[in-house]
Amino acid sequence: MSSNLSMKLAEQRVLFLVLLTLFLNLAGCDFSQLNNPYSKTEDNQAVLYSSFTERPKHLDPAVSYSANEYVFIGNIYEPPFQYHYLKRPYELEPLTAERMPAVQFLDGNGHQLSADADERLIHYTDYVIQIKPGILYQPHPALAKSDSGAYLYHHLTDVQLDGINTLNDFEQTGTRELTAEDYVYQIKRMATAKIQSPISELMKNYISGFAAFYDQSAGKSLNEISTLPLEGVVAESRYTYRIRIKGKYPQFIYWLAMPFFSPMPWEADVFYDNPRLTERNITLDWYPIGTGPFQLQENNPNRRMVMVKNPNFHDDYFPDQGEEEDRLNGLLTDAGKKLPFIEKVVFTLEKETIPTWSKFLQGYYDVSGISSDSFDQVVQFSGTGDPNLTADMQNKGIHLQKAVSSSIFYIGFNMLDATLGKNGEKSRKLRQAISIAIDYEEFISIFMNGRGIPAHGALPPGIFGYAEGKEGVNPYVYDWVDGQPRRKDIHYAQKLMKEAGYPGGVDSKTGQSLILYLDTPATSIEERPRMNWFRKQLKKLGIKLVIRGTDYNRFQQKMRAGNAQIFMWGWNADYPDPENFFFLLYGPNAKVAFGGENAGNYQNPKFDRLFRQMRNLNNNEQRYKLIQQLQDLIRHDAPWLFGLYPEDYVLHHGWYTNVKPNLMANNRLKYHKIDPVKRKENRQQWNAPIFWPLGLFLLLLIGLIVPAVIAYRKKIRLALND
Amino acid sequence: MIHYIIRRLIYALPLLIGVNILTFVLFFVVNSPDDMARMQLGQKHVTAQAVDNWKKQRGYDLPLLWNDAGQGLETVTQTVFYQKSVGLFWFDFGISDSDKRNIGADIKQRMWPSLAVALPSLVLGLLVNITVALMMVLFRNSYLEFSGVVLCVILMSISSLFYIIGGQFLFGKLLRLVPISGYDGGFNAIKFVVLPVLIGVVSGIGSGARWYRTLFLEEVEKDYVRTARAKGLSETQTLFRHVVKNAMIPILTGVVVVLPLLFMGSLIMESFFSIPGLGSYTIDAISSQDFAIVRSMVFLGSVLYIFGLLLTDISYTLVDPRVRLS
Repeated sequence: MSSNLSMKLAEQRVLFLVLLTLFLNLAGCDFSQLNNPYSKTEDNQAVLYSSFTERPKHLDPAVSYSANEYVFIGNIYEPPFQYHYLKRPYELEPLTAERMPAVQFLDGNGHQLSADADERLIHYTDYVIQIKPGILYQPHPALAKSDSGAYLYHHLTDVQLDGINTLNDFEQTGTRELTAEDYVYQIKRMATAKIQSPISELMKNYISGFAAFYDQSAGKSLNEISTLPLEGVVAESRYTYRIRIKGKYPQFIYWLAMPFFSPMPWEADVFYDNPRLTERNITLDWYPIGTGPFQLQENNPNRRMVMVKNPNFHDDYFPDQGEEEDRLNGLLTDAGKKLPFIEKVVFTLEKETIPTWSKFLQGYYDVSGISSDSFDQVVQFSGTGDPNLTADMQNKGIHLQKAVSSSIFYIGFNMLDATLGKNGEKSRKLRQAISIAIDYEEFISIFMNGRGIPAHGALPPGIFGYAEGKEGVNPYVYDWVDGQPRRKDIHYAQKLMKEAGYPGGVDSKTGQSLILYLDTPATSIEERPRMNWFRKQLKKLGIKLVIRGTDYNRFQQKMRAGNAQIFMWGWNADYPDPENFFFLLYGPNAKVAFGGENAGNYQNPKFDRLFRQMRNLNNNEQRYKLIQQLQDLIRHDAPWLFGLYPEDYVLHHGWYTNVKPNLMANNRLKYHKIDPVKRKENRQQWNAPIFWPLGLFLLLLIGLIVPAVIAYRKKIRLALND
Repeated sequence: MIHYIIRRLIYALPLLIGVNILTFVLFFVVNSPDDMARMQLGQKHVTAQAVDNWKKQRGYDLPLLWNDAGQGLETVTQTVFYQKSVGLFWFDFGISDSDKRNIGADIKQRMWPSLAVALPSLVLGLLVNITVALMMVLFRNSYLEFSGVVLCVILMSISSLFYIIGGQFLFGKLLRLVPISGYDGGFNAIKFVVLPVLIGVVSGIGSGARWYRTLFLEEVEKDYVRTARAKGLSETQTLFRHVVKNAMIPILTGVVVVLPLLFMGSLIMESFFSIPGLGSYTIDAISSQDFAIVRSMVFLGSVLYIFGLLLTDISYTLVDPRVRLS
């Protein structure tokens, strides 16, 4: 009896202790931000929190060619040149290079020509690039050496690989100085079939010896190619290298600001060339090795990507020049200060817009886009049509950044098509009539919340040659009225239809209604209203538009074979030069005949001649005039219905500063700044948990259970009495 | 029983080969290796040479099912089908076509977060559903049962998306009790999986409780229940001790078969809560035309399903001594 009692007392004591511990633990917990998805230890650090929707596929700079990948590698790898962060129009400046490259023109015998030499005499152009000494790579096991100078982790054995699951599991790291040879090696990597660089076929046309190297390196391992000579790319000294391109191609300098031309130490390929590492997803494609401001600390593309400050980052300073409004906006406050300001960047995969948006409002993301669902909550248009933040957003200290993207979304007409194509007068009038009828102002308003500018030509704003005002208006689609472009009346389009031989949308020869076909891979239910809208637009001309929705494969096949009649397409600039847009209409780039990027197969000898004259000129008055002639020509011929230039709206909190949209620069993060104290205060203020509804819910539950128990007991009693 | 298991495993082989052939044919009816290459190479500067190079590097330059140029066995082995399929049978899934990641390593990494949400959801859901169903049976023919059934029908009628968005809005945004989305490793995962598990359980109550109620109602009318009552057992004792045990076979049929499939995750739940699981792995692979992942996941799904069915059979013998596997 007494032992039972003592056992019960002991049990009660244990229970009391457990409850006490639980209570103390709970009391010790910080309940101020239960919804905080991050570690509290990061609260006081300058960590940038952002999200990504599409997982990166490649982080090897020779392979990567996607904006969502450039977010990472643009801040890890450093090509020799970069875009000035603040200056507009976009301007290139040295990054790892000492200065802008010395450009030398050569004739067929290799003799140097003057800078203003006739283009026909120029057989080669040499770019001589001198890089800064003393730049170091990020700490990386590929560069780790023993005391005797031997590489520790090259040709790893199975024993060494035990317990290695990520790159961080290697105990030792090392570094070394960046040399010109690393830039040469990267170009050789691009010229190797094994790497499959997306620009290798393009570069075969430009870099001397690139195509020959492609053939020579076939079947060779990456370790072997470092010693294989590439005729047009040579390291002249430890810090100087020369790239020889065929003919004259001034736009080549822009390629040198892209991650493709970043340096790669040969040690990286030797280190990663191990099937056991590949099995663990430890490859160069996933674990970069660069000289940039950040290095990749965690790579889990299905969850989050974490970059931390590169401890070996070289001296780099915030620019002290910019536009006048930059000074007014406080963007030059940090001029001359050492970069980067941010310690760590955490990118979290968020596939859905609703949670992303909610977390931004809670302060758990520092930056966000605006989805269509929440647009009205964020932006209101003033009487003059200018977008402003709503009072709620302003009270939270949120800022709005707008920038017209260097892209165009257009509707293309297949110029090989018997009805719409050819350069005949009738088909041209038909295309012009359609261009008038499809009201892109309405489209932007309905489907894009006003985030776009109707296009009047092939060039978006910010690209040299883009003309503002009356000069930049497409006179075949718009009239200039009261200082504004106004879309021509639909009656004018109907008149053009009549002149084209389709009065009221009826073919005057056959007496049948005109039926046109729009091919699109956009077949989702969300796209249906847009497609219906297009049908409605052409109905204004009496044209019946048939939407041929296909999967992306079939769509591409149709485009390659020239079987599409009307199609929607877009282009995002590789670099801010008009050549990168007009080449989409250049005859020798026709898709059907030559497999190029001219998807509409537009052929006009005059356009081609003007294009050839324009493409190799510097940005001067002559080039500007040629660009206007090209614009006039395509406005007249209407091979495209110039749709719109999309406008990016980005929101960021007040504690995230030094933010200026720069659509060309890939290494923006080093300029950005976070105020963690301000962020912490706001987060605490916005995220205090509310517990009382839980208590109410419990009471409600008890209120339901108690009558049920009473009713049950009553039922049992009745049953027993019976 | 060992013989039975071995026989079932042998039966599984032709099934798996059949599934593999079907997946292969369906995939390549819709996509050609050229399409795959163009999809992976992007939209800019894609040439025929680049497409050929891509196919050669990944072994898609071979004939699909039959190689006329091959000698003897090579007519079969030197084909895309053979080269891509044979490794699957010893669970060597190879490298993905789109991002060159090791599929096996990715599956290993991603299955744990899926399991962290799916397993508690299943166990808690089962407990809650059985309890609610038993309560309804306990109070049968009363206003409580009627209200319970109505509530279940209402819960069943609501879209799972509503539960997710509503749950995130209420608990994450309005009450600020849990993170709206995200994930972390180890014990830190708890605060992230609480809400998805809660939503998983609540959204399943409607259909689950009604199903179990039907099973229990069928049982309570049987003779042994009347006998139990006659010998003086209370209604709760009868239900919880006898009825639940006898209703286990149909419950197990539904539950054990899905146990292995819990690894495969839930598409919508993981997508909304940013759980880095396997839920979207196959769908993403289909949209990016990554055949290597598609075939691996279909194969793995089939293996797990066959394994689940086998487990179900074995579990019958555990709950019902009358069942013998032969």
